[in-house]
Amino acid sequence: MHLAHYVGLLHRAQVNLADAFRQVGAAHGDEPDIRLLCAQQAEVSDSHAERLRPFVERYAAQAPDEPDRLHSELFRGTRTGGIGLLRDLQDLYLMAAECDVCWTVVGQAAQGARDRELLAAVQDCERETATQLSWLRTRMRQAAPQALVVAG
Amino acid sequence: MADLRETPDRVEEPWGQRTPYGPGERWPVRVDVHLADGLAESDVDRWVQSASILHSNGDAMDIAVKDGRIAGVRGRAVDRVNRGRLDPKDLYGWQANNSPDRLTRPLVRRGGRLVETDWDTAMGAVVARSRELLDGPGGWGRFGFYTSGQLFLEEYYTLAVIGKAGLGTPHMDGNTRLCTATSAAALKASFGTDGQPGSYTDVDHCDAVALWGHNVAATQSVLWTRMLDRRRGPNPPAMLAVDPRTTPVAREADVHLAPRGGTNLALMNGLLHLIIHNGWYDERWVAAHTVGFDELARVVDGYPPRRVARICDLEAADLERAAELLGRSERLLSTVLQGFYQSNQATAAACQVNNLHLLRRMLGRPGAGLYQMNGQPTAQNTRETGADGDLPGMRNWDNPAHVRELAALWNVDEMTIPHWSPPTHAMQIWRYAEQGSVKLLWVSATNPAVSLPDLARVRRILAKDDLFVVVQDLFRTETAELADVVLPAATWGEKTGTFTNADRTVHLSEKAVDPPGEARADLDIFLDYARRMDLRDRDGRPLIRWRDAEGAFEAWKECSAGRPCDYTGLTYDKLRGGSGVQWPCTPDAPEGTERLYTDGVFHTDPDYCETYGQDLATGAEHTAEQYRARQPAGRAFLHAADYRPSPEVPDEEYPLLLTTGRSLYQFHTRTKTGRAPELNAAAPEPWAEIHPEDAGPAGIADGDLVEVASRRGAVRVRAVVGGIRRGTVFIPFHYGYFDVDPAKRVPAGPTS
Repeated sequence: MHLAHYVGLLHRAQVNLADAFRQVGAAHGDEPDIRLLCAQQAEVSDSHAERLRPFVERYAAQAPDEPDRLHSELFRGTRTGGIGLLRDLQDLYLMAAECDVCWTVVGQAAQGARDRELLAAVQDCERETATQLSWLRTRMRQAAPQALVVAG
Repeated sequence: MADLRETPDRVEEPWGQRTPYGPGERWPVRVDVHLADGLAESDVDRWVQSASILHSNGDAMDIAVKDGRIAGVRGRAVDRVNRGRLDPKDLYGWQANNSPDRLTRPLVRRGGRLVETDWDTAMGAVVARSRELLDGPGGWGRFGFYTSGQLFLEEYYTLAVIGKAGLGTPHMDGNTRLCTATSAAALKASFGTDGQPGSYTDVDHCDAVALWGHNVAATQSVLWTRMLDRRRGPNPPAMLAVDPRTTPVAREADVHLAPRGGTNLALMNGLLHLIIHNGWYDERWVAAHTVGFDELARVVDGYPPRRVARICDLEAADLERAAELLGRSERLLSTVLQGFYQSNQATAAACQVNNLHLLRRMLGRPGAGLYQMNGQPTAQNTRETGADGDLPGMRNWDNPAHVRELAALWNVDEMTIPHWSPPTHAMQIWRYAEQGSVKLLWVSATNPAVSLPDLARVRRILAKDDLFVVVQDLFRTETAELADVVLPAATWGEKTGTFTNADRTVHLSEKAVDPPGEARADLDIFLDYARRMDLRDRDGRPLIRWRDAEGAFEAWKECSAGRPCDYTGLTYDKLRGGSGVQWPCTPDAPEGTERLYTDGVFHTDPDYCETYGQDLATGAEHTAEQYRARQPAGRAFLHAADYRPSPEVPDEEYPLLLTTGRSLYQFHTRTKTGRAPELNAAAPEPWAEIHPEDAGPAGIADGDLVEVASRRGAVRVRAVVGGIRRGTVFIPFHYGYFDVDPAKRVPAGPTS
């Protein structure tokens, strides 16, 4: 069964997202809201990773070798300025979207494995991931006209 | 009972004589008068109708005119709000109008200095720069407007139409962001639109008053005298105060909770936990009239008294006493202000007060009242008219039908009206100015160089070479000193207009005297700008078709029609001579509306609501589809949120928590109150309140000069030992440049 790999993939995606939130928060600390909200969402992502850890261990014994090319890199560091902020938020969005779809996949697997605990974790974290996506989208909607049409 | 008349010393006796009264009785009249030295009421040439512009209570008063000058004030006995009483700021504050250092001519910056000029030159400079900026793609995004909670409704509406339909900019906000953004957000989130549910007459009927982070004795002192008069009469209401300081309100209260700063949401969750566990809520009504009970009950279940006591640093027994006071009352009145608004998780905490009233069905009947209070006197109008970024008439920027209504009303292209995202809030406008995409910042009737957080940065932004700063004010404030063009404005008593207080009471304020020199009403300045900019509608007609205050009021009425803040039943004539009237005032409700939601139907219909809501922790906007899916159908929203600690909590390096707030004798940045001798003398300098157990080990004694430092800056002020919870320091926020020699402070010096 490959569930351990997918849980591991999601775990790493959450750790990467937390780290990216921290980097973006630090890079755009002069914005009125970015530093604090990114710190807040980094903690949310940390807690998701934390909740997944026992399941990685639970399924590790049943896992064959890891398939090739499972992991992907979505984030290569922050940029500066108004457009930089927009691009960084978009990177975060894509990373959160990857987490989101992973939660869906893992949630389906949890159904198949009849694992109520994993399913409960998925449902909580999925909701919080949806909030992350929706905040990033709201923030980009606000920033885009000024960054793309006015600035520069 | 004969009317009581007072010419008091309101510095010694800030709330004056008691006129006790019982539940359901009418609050007795007490007429407060203060006139210039040696002047008697019979010497006054004319009395001119007005109301207070120095706080949000909306106390009605008459202005005394003697030899063409303002010479005093007298409370209006007929008025529903104050029944003749006046706040110390009103009794003495009018003297600022007559200050010799009023701005009398426009100023422009030449060779680095501000020099006097004429209106043509000053407005010509503003218009030339505006045209240059507006020309080209994204021109709208180069304008920012930062206004006040002290202008009149007519001025805000005109400014909103210029900004939204003329220039098309979403970058409009003001210092009301600092006091009433939370109020508006909490009301919209819970009830569907902005608008205070309660009425000040609820004080006459209630059997319990809860003051949530609201030092009403200092901020709306006449409302406090009403509460005190009930407390001294038969069957007085019980009182709960939540405040880290031992204010007069806290001393009067039966239960005083002084929670650790930043933990209000945990406190509220704990109180709601007890309300639900003890069954002190109206189960059937909640099921029929609200959405979200199960989620709220689930969240507050995690806040038992012992946990909350630990988070908030309170006694669990006190928490239980507070819950009992709230839970057993039959007519509960709540007021909320800065202690909740300017704190961690502000909107979520304010929503929990709404929840308390919804759970207990404490809305829409006499004595069951709720004020998400305003601090600034006309803050309600900035919100209604859209001068703060909202869409006028409490319309929803995310509802295409609402935007179409405005486009039709103004006869402009829908695409002109900025509605593509939530309006830009003040701190973001400043950030755009800092980054250089906002290039013209127009500040009216406020003083951000003193009032905003991170002052060094704000002053640096104002001083930027590529930012054209227009300041419209009465005096050469700290902000005006950094402007490119300064426009001398007329103020209260020198212009006509209306404004609306925190319980929706609309007052007319008439022009009593001419402004000094060439100063002009703010409305005239905005009209002049629109004319010179040649702002036109889709058919080439002038966009702004009104020429005076009454014309602006009539235009506003058209905009407000059918919305919660409906003014269509009001006219200047109706407001003249009598008392204030509460909106909505329509042909069907010609005497106004005392309380909202009397039928338990809220403004949450998707086609009517002002917002589709947002996540309380992040501000993530919900979509129309998400909102419709909840099927609110006129039911109010019970919002639940978990407590999270403040982003910055005390540590070894900075062991104390700093909090700020208002003083009884000063308003805003003291531009006016600092120029009234009695008020200036009553509180000439800022101070720092500190608990004896924090002061002792630091070697601080009462009256010592102490330095209060944070990660962002430091001030030196006198210590006042006592009056506050351990671990917390309080400093009043009105004072500019308290980091420099008192003799060099604006507005000190010869005028005060």
